[in-house]
Amino acid sequence: MAFKIDSVVAEPVATLTLVGELDSLSARVFQTEIEKLTTRSITTLVLDMEKLDFMSSAGLRVLIFSKQKIGVGLNIFIVKPQELIIDTLEKTGLHHSVTIVDQYPV
Amino acid sequence: MATDIRIDYYPTHEQEGIKFRRGHVLPFGATMVPNGINFSIYSSEAIDCTLVLFERGESAPFAEIRFPEEFRTGNVYSMIVFDLDYERLEYGYRMDGPFNPEKGHRFDKSIILSDPYAKAIGGRDTWLAKPNWDDIYPYRSRLVFEDFDWENDHPLETPIEDLVIYEMHVRGFTQHPSAEVKNPGTFAAIRSKIAYLKELGINCVELMPIYEFDEWENSKENPVTGGLIVNFWGYSTVNFFSPKAGYAATGKFGMQVDELKTLIKELHKNGIEVMLDVVFNHTAEGDHRGHTISFRGIDNKTYYMLTPEGYYFNFSGTGNTLNCNNPVVRNMVLDCLRYWAADYHIDGFRFDLAAILGRDQNGAPLSNPPLLESLAHDPILAKCKLVAEAWDAGGLYQVGSFPAYGRWAEWNGKYRDGIRKFLKGDDGLVGKMAQLVQGSPDLYYYRGPTASINFIACHDGFTLYDLFAYNEKHNIANGENNNDGGNDNDSWNHGVEGETEDAGINQLRHRQIKNALSILMVSQGVPMILSGDEMGVTKYGNNNTYCHDNELNWTDWGLLKKNADIYNFARHILRFRRAHPVLRSATHFQHRDYVGSGFPDISFHGTQAWKPDYSDSSKCLAFMLDGAHAKNGTIQDDMIYVAMNTYWDALYYELPVLSAGRNWYLAVNTSMPSGEDIFEIGKEPILSEQGRFLVGGRSTIILVGK
Repeated sequence: MAFKIDSVVAEPVATLTLVGELDSLSARVFQTEIEKLTTRSITTLVLDMEKLDFMSSAGLRVLIFSKQKIGVGLNIFIVKPQELIIDTLEKTGLHHSVTIVDQYPV
Repeated sequence: MATDIRIDYYPTHEQEGIKFRRGHVLPFGATMVPNGINFSIYSSEAIDCTLVLFERGESAPFAEIRFPEEFRTGNVYSMIVFDLDYERLEYGYRMDGPFNPEKGHRFDKSIILSDPYAKAIGGRDTWLAKPNWDDIYPYRSRLVFEDFDWENDHPLETPIEDLVIYEMHVRGFTQHPSAEVKNPGTFAAIRSKIAYLKELGINCVELMPIYEFDEWENSKENPVTGGLIVNFWGYSTVNFFSPKAGYAATGKFGMQVDELKTLIKELHKNGIEVMLDVVFNHTAEGDHRGHTISFRGIDNKTYYMLTPEGYYFNFSGTGNTLNCNNPVVRNMVLDCLRYWAADYHIDGFRFDLAAILGRDQNGAPLSNPPLLESLAHDPILAKCKLVAEAWDAGGLYQVGSFPAYGRWAEWNGKYRDGIRKFLKGDDGLVGKMAQLVQGSPDLYYYRGPTASINFIACHDGFTLYDLFAYNEKHNIANGENNNDGGNDNDSWNHGVEGETEDAGINQLRHRQIKNALSILMVSQGVPMILSGDEMGVTKYGNNNTYCHDNELNWTDWGLLKKNADIYNFARHILRFRRAHPVLRSATHFQHRDYVGSGFPDISFHGTQAWKPDYSDSSKCLAFMLDGAHAKNGTIQDDMIYVAMNTYWDALYYELPVLSAGRNWYLAVNTSMPSGEDIFEIGKEPILSEQGRFLVGGRSTIILVGK
């Protein structure tokens, strides 16, 4: 399924809804959206992944990139990720850098 | 972007839509640069070099770019290629040059070669997933990102004398179903066993080879069992800079680097160091009949030690020998170790068959090997532990004489052999034992006890349980007619070969394991235990299980229950070592009282106090450590008295008299059943008789004077 991303910014919270498959090509789209946020006053990044079926290593890298670009103090909430995505986050240790929730606001 | 205006990053050449320009010669390997990737590779004899680019997993390359002559500087070909997808790229090289094995040249431009400096290798992404045998490029060089979030992590720099090393195989540790982990056999699964490692009390894991290797190498059907024989241990490197993808649950996503780094970070958070078992003595390319993967096709004469006829010297016993004291290879080894220390936060390295690293290009031992000296004095490796397996398969045995430069420690093979012989009751070993428990000053007088990595069992040879259950090796399952593996095991089955229902024999075997663990933990030097020995793992007498991906190598966690007495004992004896700094000296004993306590730092005894019996038939030795001399008198500790009796019957040992107000307490008595064989720190019962102790036959006691 083609990747789609929808962005809503209400400072200090940015909410991105990710749909489809996040592979190495679509990761660039995701990264571009993150780069746009660097000019805004964002302290919380909400990533709605309920309808994201797959996330490649490139997608995971964007999570790291988010912290680096927006700041280490950035709170990242991942909303309703699928089991496969949770599993990958855990195996690579990235679950320590994000908060996995069923809904946002928590 | 600022990078776009840099004139040196504009393409100057184009081929079929791919833009490139002259690259940077250093660093070697593939490096991300603004808008592109810098490729750099060395070959002293190639006449032509071509960069080959693949989309990940594709059978044919999407481009082959010959390095223009002006892109060569000296013997280094370098090129920047623009607009490549870092994530999807796989790359290799074709090298053209003479194919003349007698002169040491094996160029073959029909073969696509792996980059020796690749940071990840594709092709064996999932353990034992059947490869595409028709792949024109089976071991594919890949790039990795260097954006791992280490937070505040850094190598722990624990003083080496305070380590208890735990030698572990990544897959074997958690692959057995009884491990009950989510991703068995992987880096991720080890993370879920960290709590266990902490409870056991080790503070350093030594990972058997995790550099990329091919588990399919020399695979064949086992003629005995019908199962598959594979390269399980991994002592056969395909690439020195890449972690084994098949050891990562995320290897199929190409995220093995992140998974391994996450494991290291978690271990560090829990106070556990990570040491790598590194194999720089040979590669997976084998001898003249082997496959060309990388080195032999890039610069055979540089990377390997060759005979005058152009064959491979075989000091490793595996077909070839890396030419480690060639300056180019030496730099590669140094670059590699620096990379692992800096980018993976590795705390130390154990060098497999390290004596090879001290041979010159013709195989002769060097008095001042430049590689070993370089490693010892390297600023990036300055805090890393460097440990040598100080022998090789070519007959060079350097235990006690390995060129150390004040830095190197050694696997003390003489410790292993001496303790084994003593425990099975051989004559003439009491004098030797007195040396071994002191950290082998006869071997390491000028280097201190920290030069001695003490062990009784390791991956090579019998497990600790099998040491006391088998007289002979039982390697039929290896498919080599029981000809492989060592014959000098110094083992004793205690009456029956292998498993038995005889309760007396089983009890004695367990006692011997406890004796071994006790002696190991009260010896000066750095103790190392083989993973699983704390619960009595068996390999059923197989002393060379390099090729089995099955229960022979998978830790059976059910043994924690079956051999609960061994595990309980192991856990407590490790705590005992940690609780008593007098057991962990960085310097040798002086055999005198230099702090005014009234006792020498160490004293030896026999069945009579102050009178050790070093005669040939003696099987009794005791020693006492004065706690006032702990860490050179800088820390106050208790008195420790250890008595070892390998005579078959119980003997009274006269105890040294303590200073006024102090008493002897019983910490360990291996002749007693579980529950009474070892006591918690601070809960040791006082001896009712302070003047002597009846030490059981083939038993060890440890007393605390306080």
